[in-house]
Amino acid sequence: MEKLLKDFTPKESGRVKSINGEGKIRRRLFDMGITPGVEVVMRKAAPLGDPIEITVRGYELTLRKSEAQAVVMEV
Amino acid sequence: MRFALVGNPNSGKTTLFNALTGSTAHVGNWPGVTVDKREGEYKKLPENVDIIDLPGIYSLSPYTPEEVISRDFVLKENPDCIINIVDCTNLERNLYLTTQILELDIPVVVALNMGDVLEKNGDKIDVERLEKELNVPVAIISALKEKGIKELMERGYDVAKKGRKGYSPVSESEVASVLNELIALYKDVPEPLFHSVKMLESDEIEVKNYPEIAKQIKPVLEDYKSHNENFDFECAVADIRYKYITSKLSGVLTKKERKEGLTKSDKADRVLTHRIWGIPIFLVILFLTFHLTFSSNLLFIGSALGDGWVSLEGTVAEGLFGEGGIASPGVFLQNLLTWGTDSLTEAIRGGMENGAVAEWAVGFVCDGIFGGLFAVLSFLPQILLLFLFFSILEDSGYMARVAFILDRVFRKFGLSGRSFMPMIMGFGCSVPAMINTRTLSDERERTATIRVIPFFSCGAKLPILVAIAGALATGFGIGNADLITYGMYVLGMVVAILAVIIMRNTTLKGEAPPFIMELPTYHVPQFKNLMAHLWDKLKHFVKKAFTIILVSTILIWFVSHFSWNWHYLTDSEMNDSILAGIGMLLQPLFTPLGFGSQLGQYGWVFVVAAFTGLIAKENVIATFGTLASCIVAGFEANEALEGVDSVTQLISAIAGDIETTPSALIPMCIAFIAFNMLTIPCFAAVATAKAELPSKKSFNMTLVFWIVTSYIVAMMIYLIGSWWWTLFIFLALWAVVITLIVLTNKGKINLKLLKNKMSFKKRGKSDNKK
Repeated sequence: MEKLLKDFTPKESGRVKSINGEGKIRRRLFDMGITPGVEVVMRKAAPLGDPIEITVRGYELTLRKSEAQAVVMEV
Repeated sequence: MRFALVGNPNSGKTTLFNALTGSTAHVGNWPGVTVDKREGEYKKLPENVDIIDLPGIYSLSPYTPEEVISRDFVLKENPDCIINIVDCTNLERNLYLTTQILELDIPVVVALNMGDVLEKNGDKIDVERLEKELNVPVAIISALKEKGIKELMERGYDVAKKGRKGYSPVSESEVASVLNELIALYKDVPEPLFHSVKMLESDEIEVKNYPEIAKQIKPVLEDYKSHNENFDFECAVADIRYKYITSKLSGVLTKKERKEGLTKSDKADRVLTHRIWGIPIFLVILFLTFHLTFSSNLLFIGSALGDGWVSLEGTVAEGLFGEGGIASPGVFLQNLLTWGTDSLTEAIRGGMENGAVAEWAVGFVCDGIFGGLFAVLSFLPQILLLFLFFSILEDSGYMARVAFILDRVFRKFGLSGRSFMPMIMGFGCSVPAMINTRTLSDERERTATIRVIPFFSCGAKLPILVAIAGALATGFGIGNADLITYGMYVLGMVVAILAVIIMRNTTLKGEAPPFIMELPTYHVPQFKNLMAHLWDKLKHFVKKAFTIILVSTILIWFVSHFSWNWHYLTDSEMNDSILAGIGMLLQPLFTPLGFGSQLGQYGWVFVVAAFTGLIAKENVIATFGTLASCIVAGFEANEALEGVDSVTQLISAIAGDIETTPSALIPMCIAFIAFNMLTIPCFAAVATAKAELPSKKSFNMTLVFWIVTSYIVAMMIYLIGSWWWTLFIFLALWAVVITLIVLTNKGKINLKLLKNKMSFKKRGKSDNKK
């Protein structure tokens, strides 16, 4: 089933299917290790609800929900 | 020989740099780039090796201005060898950068850092095998414990002499044929492999630098895409790199089975970014940082125990600890330094007077040189201490979490959570704060942040607040000094926020910049690194004090002690000085702000004080001290008055002179504080802004922005404070301006020409939409 990373709840995990969008943000997501097939675990949201923190390739990464919207997950 | 140090942020790069170079480190200037890089020497090889510490990067496709520096350096400066520092506890992502470095024809040695932490975790790494897989020397080191460093450098030295040919896993992938076509196109350019892969990824800088090749290869890429169901080259290259890494690592890294559970870092994070407690904890930490640096009543112990519980009167300690409370470390150190420099000045003055040296020479040395220089140096302890606290928060990994917590708030203003750090540093000193904006990825965000940093009132502006607010409260019983001081701090922040919002809607339009950031593992900051940060800062500050500030204090002394016909004036004759002449000439300009012509014959003091503030904001009150002592009758001409007293005396003198009550001068005094807080900052900050802003034009705009903002805010304070009904005029004007901005942005009206003329005003008026 497909689901956007932005809709993940804490502790939910899945594999990246594809990354939409273009330009610098997409490039940065690749550089930070978010590539198709990689496993991502959602850790938590910031106190004000956004951004979110995820674990990818063994480290912690934070990104906004608006950026996580570009990441399509397979769960 | 020259080695460049390249690695991810938080990989221990700075620690390794310090271990390699020891005391030889200094900030070097490189032609063509306006920013500095740290460099030093490693001396334990047959020949000395220069080590250049480059900003931490995740990829050679730069994202922030800092990252551009690193890419430009490795491509343009041709280092003899790259030391690629890799954090072994986070191999996968760290090696991603390595795959890009390996595409260059530059010799590489990989330094696997934090080997000790890896072992402690029970993981194992097969260094020999990794070396074989990557085909470059790999050395396991601990930068912190300075282990393995000699071997690393020896191996680097060996490969540097041999040279290397670049390698990319892309050459062995499905798109190898396209890559080979690109390499052929780049045959006349150095580093063809690196450029070809970057072009394949449609890297922004690459396409911009080689538009011809981009055009030539386009049909080939399009053709490939059409035959391979919309093939995505950018994604494919990243994927090839990561797949290459995972395949190489499979036999190299053996991870011990982890017990399910939280690491120490996870536990700390659970508290510090807690859904409810995260924000209050942050506020407490922030308060403590400033309290420990600036408070003269540490933890309010003095107030709690009542006045006079410590009686240090008459002892040396009275000056050091202050009255009624215990001084914070920052204030204590400052008092200590001031005590030392004052004693020194007095000793020299005494010596010179006994030696019958001419009066002007005594004044020149003691007031002109030492007076100005020491006034500036007296803030060094507090600036260093604040910097130390921020370094601790940064190095421990907490600052990244602060950005995480606050991003939501900052986005509303059109910024990202990262811009919080430089802004808050502005409370200490604008110079490091502006340099810190290099971590911001978006140029417009960076420009907006640099412009409002001075509104976060720095340590040097504090005396202005304290002296004037103190004079109003103690001298005339008007208001509460603390309240006025805090109020002015808040005003600065409010103006900053409104200015950012208006800029982001007019001249610096754009979406809120993206926020994709690593949250590094928490760890205890290293004492050695902190000291290295402080040492850099200290050198920078002292250098500044002995160059630009020294020259300008001497200049001010001359123009305030000589008349137009080069006749030496004693302090009491200062009204005839060149400086007074200039002040009187400019005075009418400040009439709408309340400290212009209406203040009569002494009004020029305010104007001159504001101008001397351009050299260093400490000068504003220092100027009051010097000038008040000669204007106000009944005071010894040579005795410089203390801050609060000097302002009190001056205000009384002016009130008497123009026959009004001191309370009628309150709006003027507040307007004067606001003007000084918001106007062009000190020369040092101006010079930094010039170096950090993207263009000359944007720097000039910034100067205009500072002048206009300060002028308008001060004018509003004075006018509304003096005649309350003017509030309605300002409200109406603001309503018009805001409506125009909104309508223009919605495309309802085209004010292109008008807008260009008005944009200055709008941005300046950014404040007090009350």
